[in-house]
Amino acid sequence: MFNAIQNWLSLFLYDWLAILITLVIQVVVVIMPIMIAVAFITLAERKVIGFMQVRMGPNRVGPYGILQPFADALKLIMKEFIRPHQSNLFLFLVAPVLALAPVIAAWAVIPFDEGVVVSDINVGVMYVLAVSSIVVYGVIIAGWASNSKYAFLGALRASAQKVSYEIAMGFALVTVLMVAGTMNLTEIVHGQQGGFWNWYWIPLLPMLAVYFISGLAETNRTPFDVVEGEAEIVAGFHVEYSSMGFGVFMLAEYAMMLLIAFMTAIMFLGGWYSPFEGIWLLDPLTAWIPGFIWLFLKVAFLMFCFLWFRATFPRYRYDQLMRLGWKVLIPLTIVWVFVVAIMHYFSIGPWFN
Amino acid sequence: MVAFLKHQVKTFGLTELFKGLAVTGKYFFKKKITVRYPEEKTPLSPRFRGHHALRRYANGEERCIACKLCEAVCPANAITIEAEERDDGTRRTTRYDIDMFKCIYCGFCEEACPVDAVVETRVFEYEFHERGENIMTKDKLLAFGDKYEAQIAADRQADAKFR
Repeated sequence: MFNAIQNWLSLFLYDWLAILITLVIQVVVVIMPIMIAVAFITLAERKVIGFMQVRMGPNRVGPYGILQPFADALKLIMKEFIRPHQSNLFLFLVAPVLALAPVIAAWAVIPFDEGVVVSDINVGVMYVLAVSSIVVYGVIIAGWASNSKYAFLGALRASAQKVSYEIAMGFALVTVLMVAGTMNLTEIVHGQQGGFWNWYWIPLLPMLAVYFISGLAETNRTPFDVVEGEAEIVAGFHVEYSSMGFGVFMLAEYAMMLLIAFMTAIMFLGGWYSPFEGIWLLDPLTAWIPGFIWLFLKVAFLMFCFLWFRATFPRYRYDQLMRLGWKVLIPLTIVWVFVVAIMHYFSIGPWFN
Repeated sequence: MVAFLKHQVKTFGLTELFKGLAVTGKYFFKKKITVRYPEEKTPLSPRFRGHHALRRYANGEERCIACKLCEAVCPANAITIEAEERDDGTRRTTRYDIDMFKCIYCGFCEEACPVDAVVETRVFEYEFHERGENIMTKDKLLAFGDKYEAQIAADRQADAKFR
């Protein structure tokens, strides 16, 4: 899709200019919807949690509170940016950028529909893992540069937690790669064609749970939000951030949630494929629905789960969190790697052939 | 052995977590109890203790006889009364101030009053923009009472059989 635009532009422009314009178009087309989605996820979060607490959530700004995220953004932008005394200004400013930039960069390889992907590279999974793990530097630097005990404790917890759960997450993805036989995200989705029983969530059901739980831990969401721990360390690594510095951290957190939801949908829930493929009557009836709608529906459900968990579960204690990560999830994933290997060897089910 | 297996299935099946999710999931669809305040309001009791008012008799004579019982009973010392004899020989207030900042809306003044002169109305939506406006003078209180007399009388009527 983007190649066609570039070819058309290069008919009457310099090549480098055509490439540049295409790049800008790609960036805008991918990032703008994500930013808008993130804005509305913040609203959805407050609404969903409100509904689960038998409240209505924000409903003052615009009809049903639709404009609430913009009011929040405006408020954050207009607030004063406060720099803590004796903090390292350069690191203090760089930290939010380091938290947000990798999350956005990871979207380069996410396929939204057949062929709708900025960069269809063969190491897509590797790229997403590598880039999204840089986020932890943003958190550590934020905690260090703030020159505050609370921020530093939050950063320590965050780094320990993210590093621990990245292992389980990586192993969970290894099983997907074993089933799919490729690291190309588009190819992984292609491997799941043909109805929801062909998706990888059935042979990899424990891995779906492990991946999603690790995703919760990666994004510091409840029940793994000891990083923020408002009861003990106020707000964790971003206590000292005000104004848009805080806003950028919020953006990064929610964009990361969205990324995890997209990755889960692509890896385990058949990406843009309809769940009704090959089913009598339902398949022809729903055939007109474009693929990205299915993907968005799956992502919407996963995002709802993020919010649902937040409304339901209490926070894990730090040692329990580490125990779950190292003693439960990692052994479980390693066992399942062998299970998948055996299933693969004996070609069990429609997933291995 | 069976108990052990049961425990393991329960743990790895995340049963307790799903139970919790079911509870919140159920409440997600419940009717919301939120009252959208400026548009919707909760019902008020006739005994509601809001803004004060001074009442008059039907012939227009003010009820207050400056007995100062309300001033005496007021736990926050919010009421200040000065009184003297009027030309017709009756005892009346020359000054009746309620400091709305001091007032704790306990309703003791209303209870103490032998002639039902000082009352607390249902009005709770009022605000002050200038320093000093919080002192409700006799004129203001009487005007307030005149304005809401119908409501005040109806509320006293509704509550009369319990007093």
